[in-house]
Amino acid sequence: MEIKNAVAGTLESGDIMVQIAPGEGLQVDLQSSVAAQFGRQIKAVITETLTGLGIDNAYVKATDKGALDCTIRARVTAAAVRATGKDVWKD
Amino acid sequence: MRNTKVVTLEEAIRRSGLKDGMTISFHHHFRGGDKVVNLVVAKLAEMGFKNLHLAASSLSDVHAPLIDHIKNGVITKISTSGLRGDLANEISHGLMKEPVVFRSHGGRGSAIASGELHIDVAFLGASSCDELGNASGCPRSENAKSICGSLGYALPDARYADHVVVLTDDLVAYPNVPKSISACDVESVVVVDSVGDSSKISSGAIRDSKNPRDILLAKQAAKVIINSGYFKDGFSIQTGTGGASLAAVKYIRESMLEKGIKASFALGGITAHMVKLHEEGLIGRLVDVQSFDKVAAESIANDQMHQEVSAVEYASADHIGSAVHALDIVILSALEVDVDFNVNVLVGSDGIIRGAIGGHPDTAEDSALSIIVCPLLRGRIPCVVPKVTTLITPGKGVDVVVTEYGIAVNPARPEIADRLKAAGLKVVDIHDLAAKARSIIGEPDALPFGDRVVGIVMDRHGKVLDKIHNILD
Repeated sequence: MEIKNAVAGTLESGDIMVQIAPGEGLQVDLQSSVAAQFGRQIKAVITETLTGLGIDNAYVKATDKGALDCTIRARVTAAAVRATGKDVWKD
Repeated sequence: MRNTKVVTLEEAIRRSGLKDGMTISFHHHFRGGDKVVNLVVAKLAEMGFKNLHLAASSLSDVHAPLIDHIKNGVITKISTSGLRGDLANEISHGLMKEPVVFRSHGGRGSAIASGELHIDVAFLGASSCDELGNASGCPRSENAKSICGSLGYALPDARYADHVVVLTDDLVAYPNVPKSISACDVESVVVVDSVGDSSKISSGAIRDSKNPRDILLAKQAAKVIINSGYFKDGFSIQTGTGGASLAAVKYIRESMLEKGIKASFALGGITAHMVKLHEEGLIGRLVDVQSFDKVAAESIANDQMHQEVSAVEYASADHIGSAVHALDIVILSALEVDVDFNVNVLVGSDGIIRGAIGGHPDTAEDSALSIIVCPLLRGRIPCVVPKVTTLITPGKGVDVVVTEYGIAVNPARPEIADRLKAAGLKVVDIHDLAAKARSIIGEPDALPFGDRVVGIVMDRHGKVLDKIHNILD
């Protein structure tokens, strides 16, 4: 799947900003205000969401401000839709 | 004036007999606007002092310059109620060899009075002072530059320190009355450009919230109070500085007007909210250890029924006459509450110190009804947890926890749970709240604490309650 640069989310408290760019394999670069306690979980949610959408090659830069998993999934999905041009909600 | 105690800061320090290794003290009535700590410690550094113990009633973001003085060995020990900002972050990561000693406001007052915390030289900022040292937190001339109101946390220092230096930005004609600090307790008076920026007093912890969740929590807290059995004519009340606990006052006021109930006194950090109720005749007296905003500071300057109290008179566990023993209801906030009702208000869930003990354990233990108001989650950070990161207020003193997912009542107070249920409030088991939080956020990984102790939490009776370890990156 072809990946273009795309972004979703904000830097507000409780949100996460997800930037997607072309890459080899899935590489997640995470900065989080709750990294010590939740960094592992957040990376897992990002990776699972992308593979669930059929994206196996991308570089993801995520800046997290304490978002819940549902928010992370929504932001990652929105960024993926913008990066691929494939609207998963419509299909 | 035949005599004067007015000297330069350097001369005041020289006369005080301060030596390396001694204890110096400060109050925090200017909170985020304080200028005294940084000014005095910079002078002490310049004069070559080393190995000093800094015993402040509290420290905040504005005291980040202490980091360099700690690195240079000027300050090697700190006692305080709280730490915030860069200084707190550095200390949490292991900046100091010796752990910081944390005490509640009542605990500090008791420790100073008993001699456990001996102060060699106190440096106390005042908004007005005469040449002999009669000092006040209230302005007394048209030249006044600052106002902080109550000097309650400075009074034990003034009374018990071996040597007292008052710093003021308004030297007024003798006699400066009414005074807070007596000339008889003061050795030197130093005139400085500014002791503090009064506009920054209501910074830091104090927030006036428009957040809808805070307003929901405030309404719930007010309902708890109204139906607790303690809401009757002549009751007494204290509120903390959290947005929700301040907003709760608004809803309690409505109910007081509706039911014709008046309070005998409000205690503690006094805010504009409390001053308004007092001026409306709904609260008889304001008992003020710390004026939390400019309105409160101006009120204490002008109103006989708005009384200053020292930290000892406010919250000492040693005195049956201290005001907390007469307190009916207190509303407090929390960083974390655990399933045993223990509360943490000092160390963040990331393991970094980011708050202050304040009067939390003092008021919780001695009040008839203590109510903790906190959301279930702040972002992904849970506020109701299986076990608090750091123990500050033991659960035996905590009666009710109000969250947006329900109200938990300490099993030791079944009569309160019954009254709240009878009023139709949603009373839940605190274990269910902790489980609800976990179901939303998942299971957090353990914090990467190191094996060095960076902080010791003393309880209000002078015993070690908990230890804070350094956090690793």
